[in-house]
Amino acid sequence: MRENRLFASDRHDSAVLYVTGQAKFTDDLPFPADGLHIALGLSDKAHALITGCDVTACLASPGVVTVLTAADIPGVNDASPVAGDDPVFADGKVEYHGQAIFAVVAESAKAARMAVQKAIVSYEELPACLTIDDALRENHLLEAPYTIGCEDIDAKLRQAPHLLTGQIDIGGQEHFYLEGQAAMALPGEAGDLVLRVSSQHPTEVQHKVARALGLAYHAVTVEVRRMGGGFGGKESQGNLPAIVAALAVKKTGRPAKLIYDRDEDMRVTGKRHDLRISYRVGYDDTGRILAMDVDQALRCGMSFDLSQAIAERAMLHAENCYFIEDVRVTSRLCKTHTPSNTAFRGFGGPQGMLGMERIIDEVAAHLRVDPMQVRQRNYYADHDEPEAGQHTPYGQPVKDGLIRAMTKDLLASSDYYARRKEIEAFNRTATWCRKGIGFSPVKFGISFNKTFLNQAGALLHIYTDGSVHLNHGGTEMGQGLYTKVRQICAHAFGISDDMVKITATTTGKVPNTSATAASSGTDLNGMATANAAETLKGRMAEYLAPLYQSDPASVRFHEGKLWFGDTAISFAEAAMQCWQGRVSLSATGFYATPDIHWDREAKQGSPFYYFAYGAAVTEVVVDLLTGESRVERADILHDAGASLNPAIDLGQIEGGYIQGLGWLTTEEVVYSADGRLLTHAPSTYKIPACSDRPKQIHVALYDSGGNLSDTIHKSKAVGEPPFMLAISIYGAMSHALDGLGEYPQLNTPMTAENLLMTANRLRAPRKSN
Amino acid sequence: MRTNISFFLNGVEQIVSDVRPDTTLLNWLRLEKSLSGTKEGCAEGDCGACTVVVAEANGNSQKHLAKGVRPIKAKAVNACILFLPMLDGLSVTTVEGLAGPNGELHPVQEAIITHHGAQCGFCTPGFVMSLYAGFLNGLDGSEQQINHLFAGNLCRCTGYGPLVKAALSLAHQTPPDWANARLEAEWLYLQSVSAATDPKYDLAIEGPDQAFYAPTSLSALEHLSCAYPDATFVAGATDIGLWVTKQHRQINRFIAIGRVVELKEISKTETQILIGAVVSHSDAMLALADVYPGLAEVWLRFGSMQVRNSGTVGGNIANGSPIGDMSPCLLALNAEVTLNKGGKRRQVPLKDFFVAYGKQDRQKEEFLENLILPRLGKAEHLYAYKISKRFDQDISAVLMAAWLKHDQGKIKELRLGFGGMAAIPSRALRTEEALIGHDLNQPLPTEAISALAQDFQPITDMRASSEYRMAVAENLLRKMLFEAAADDHGMRLYSSPLIKPDPLASAALIEASDA
Repeated sequence: MRENRLFASDRHDSAVLYVTGQAKFTDDLPFPADGLHIALGLSDKAHALITGCDVTACLASPGVVTVLTAADIPGVNDASPVAGDDPVFADGKVEYHGQAIFAVVAESAKAARMAVQKAIVSYEELPACLTIDDALRENHLLEAPYTIGCEDIDAKLRQAPHLLTGQIDIGGQEHFYLEGQAAMALPGEAGDLVLRVSSQHPTEVQHKVARALGLAYHAVTVEVRRMGGGFGGKESQGNLPAIVAALAVKKTGRPAKLIYDRDEDMRVTGKRHDLRISYRVGYDDTGRILAMDVDQALRCGMSFDLSQAIAERAMLHAENCYFIEDVRVTSRLCKTHTPSNTAFRGFGGPQGMLGMERIIDEVAAHLRVDPMQVRQRNYYADHDEPEAGQHTPYGQPVKDGLIRAMTKDLLASSDYYARRKEIEAFNRTATWCRKGIGFSPVKFGISFNKTFLNQAGALLHIYTDGSVHLNHGGTEMGQGLYTKVRQICAHAFGISDDMVKITATTTGKVPNTSATAASSGTDLNGMATANAAETLKGRMAEYLAPLYQSDPASVRFHEGKLWFGDTAISFAEAAMQCWQGRVSLSATGFYATPDIHWDREAKQGSPFYYFAYGAAVTEVVVDLLTGESRVERADILHDAGASLNPAIDLGQIEGGYIQGLGWLTTEEVVYSADGRLLTHAPSTYKIPACSDRPKQIHVALYDSGGNLSDTIHKSKAVGEPPFMLAISIYGAMSHALDGLGEYPQLNTPMTAENLLMTANRLRAPRKSN
Repeated sequence: MRTNISFFLNGVEQIVSDVRPDTTLLNWLRLEKSLSGTKEGCAEGDCGACTVVVAEANGNSQKHLAKGVRPIKAKAVNACILFLPMLDGLSVTTVEGLAGPNGELHPVQEAIITHHGAQCGFCTPGFVMSLYAGFLNGLDGSEQQINHLFAGNLCRCTGYGPLVKAALSLAHQTPPDWANARLEAEWLYLQSVSAATDPKYDLAIEGPDQAFYAPTSLSALEHLSCAYPDATFVAGATDIGLWVTKQHRQINRFIAIGRVVELKEISKTETQILIGAVVSHSDAMLALADVYPGLAEVWLRFGSMQVRNSGTVGGNIANGSPIGDMSPCLLALNAEVTLNKGGKRRQVPLKDFFVAYGKQDRQKEEFLENLILPRLGKAEHLYAYKISKRFDQDISAVLMAAWLKHDQGKIKELRLGFGGMAAIPSRALRTEEALIGHDLNQPLPTEAISALAQDFQPITDMRASSEYRMAVAENLLRKMLFEAAADDHGMRLYSSPLIKPDPLASAALIEASDA
């Protein structure tokens, strides 16, 4: 019997299935022989009225069974997560290039894809608003601007000795999960449906499918065993393919699946928001930032999707780790005729923080001091310092600060100051390349901004052989949630983890779940599972203790046994006896995060249960002749609380950093002048490859003694926060170009082109005014 | 002549008939064999989720064994853009075929588990198979080798570190006995089919709406290309595969040239190198690493391991792409192509072969037989630079290759080949002229800068703007002058200063030089 190990580096529960090719993703699942395949017909205009859609040739194409359009939707034509503004099929009007207009249902995927090209769609083109520039110029916003913080910021800025103004454009990012969106729908009796999908939010899929088909929620069961990557891209974007697959079942009576190919996926789905951040910052000679006014404009695309919440998180992370007395943040949700941008790891946080770190680096450059001086001058106090509890601009006290201590540790372990000196010496005599070193701290609020989403459920069965069936509302996308929750469950019962069966997430077992998002998967579902286990343990103890002349409160679950003082029986024996004693061995568990609240109207609250912290030092080298760059070294210190599984957490940290590296360097989302996505495949959209990782990378978990908030075994969420460690690359690149002329004022992504053109601009002879 | 495809799959011979010839190996595995371990991530050979290992017999086994070289040449390839008939006579291993007879995990599988190299698991089968190919060919424990091995496998979760650690842990390991036994069976199968080079092994599949011919001899190819002047020639399918998977094009007739023995040869003389049209980039790179050290970086950054294993030098030239990496290099070298029409040959300087965008000087019935590259003479140097968004597995925004002869620090002769600057791969003739007589230690003369602007007016696209292309092209001239003055290739950020023959395919090197 394997020993259960909480806080140990257990391998991913599916590791063996992965390496042997046995792990089944949606498109790998057995599919009935009469099953049908679907391809989407997409708009090739960014903004237009549809004046005709002739699918005669599609229907005549070999293997085609039927075509679906908006007219085939008996219920609501909507795939949106919140606002009701994302049609499944465009009805009369398209609002982005790549929007679904119809779908072909055929005997094979190939037949469907061949046929879909044969439709004749006619349009009457309308003027398209594509960029943040366009939207700001035309005031084309989804809703009125939203502002939090200080009301008389102009006065505060006037009082500061120095004023800095600037602007940064931050590029978007394609999720590029390796498994595209995928949905399979199977017909049941009397119109019922079972769906197997690749979604972070099976409950939402259930709701959207039911509404589109005019069914009660109970008629639709949605199951997710695993996703081949999600990163936020499957929080809402899985709704549409699931609805279309369900519509195909409804119309044909046969099973159907819709598996996006890569180009379809990249054209149809939303991405990380690109932002323009403008700022005015007042500071003094010591680098203390006294007041800050930040304006964040987000390219949202053609609908809300989750943009309001994303914008809010960007605002709530605009000050990152810094206590600034007077802050105002304004958010503008630009409506553009592009795919509706959506959740992506960090959910607005990365963009908000990048704006702040740019400000810090730029203030330091103006004062000609090391940016670390400015950082440390402005940090929130640590939890054990007298000033602990300083308020954020939105009114939440920061009680669990760690960043000062972590920074001190990381500066030492990375040898920051000595390396910075060496680099500056190198740059003074540099010929064709320059180096740079950058630092960035992370303070990331954990909990959904929308308080009601912070709830989770679990379901446990114990069978009479002592084996346990585990189910909860979280979904597995590679982040190791299932593995961690199994560790929690096995630990609770004192049994080995191979006695606990992980089962696919399904709306049929745990209802009304939230998306697996906001890094909260383990916090919520781990706690719900622990609560279910406590219920069962209580029942078992209460029934068995008297039989062994013991007190229920003193029964221990340990080493695969139940202990009554010195007497022990196996867990299996205990389960059998409970069954024979007619004790229920099935229980649900529930958890709702305590102590959080957020009032969007009052713009105040404590929306986060706690903060996760991290810090990174990155060194880069830039070729001044070509603009090519490389990350030479990264040193990372990250706070995962009491890590439930260090291997999984380190994997999240390193993987998050590299994903952030891609966002800031090689990943460029390019649209044509008429709104067509030009980078719709890996041939043109470049996520980091193996050789792009830093030559040296040192990742360590910070030993904080555990979360100060009462989370599951004092652990901390680790999904999103490490992504933002990559912001240190931005500081490093800026450092590399600093000294060529004025402060570089880099935009992102920092492609070779961007870096060379920026360097050339800095080196160009100053025009006399 | 045969009409059925036969090959080895995970140790079992497959005889396949009634399949459309443009069926990809990936779709066949997933749809016909229910082997769903091999994944589709992009259907264009850019992500590696569909990686499988294809093995072929590697010459005379005794001779190779005596040299300590495995009798099997195993290579990682992308199954998503490989047409099923191209596997005829080969052995394919998929992720399902790696574990031992009693379910023992292969060392490469164990290593990935031990080092936590899989998170979501979708890319994992591809990494397992790339690593398996590396394992068979010998892992030397260097990170550089792993970077090349994994360049064609994208992972979005791990950041690669754990996968690199897994690969490093396998350096110099030997396979377990059961894995050796399986290799032996694979080799026996390959021996049995590779002995067959006579015409009766030519493949001819003539379906209702699609035909596929795979001759084994030059004479058969000459005959077919005259008989079917509208046929599409396919070598490694790293381009044509995408016509089918991405553009859903209907191709009526294929002539697959990959098995024609005469086209697989590399021969070297005192003055020139002759590369057969279907020599893969991997094989060419190894055979020519010492001849053209200046091409090392471009070759290592050409596509990925999988693409270099399938793609051919001839194909990269023949398709005439303005952004093919080989073309500017061969333009700088003043290479020629040999075109063959029914046995009648003509040689065309490469600079004349590219006529206009999408148009080459190749007539119907003609096929590209080989490339002729002059060797570098005394005081002749070759420098090549690739500019792309990502170092590995990317398409060039700009590629510049420079062949120059200098004497006492002054440029005597110069040829500049550029990709990405015009509708076809082009020489920069005015710029060349402006630099003749230039002192390497002097700054780039303004005449050269204005000549470059006369030579090229590049376009703006998703890879780069016109302005950047011009700016970087100008700076590449500067870089070339610096490097030439210093007589090294030291001004590169790419991690390999210069190529060492890639030990991953050492078997290919021996085979190539034996030829």
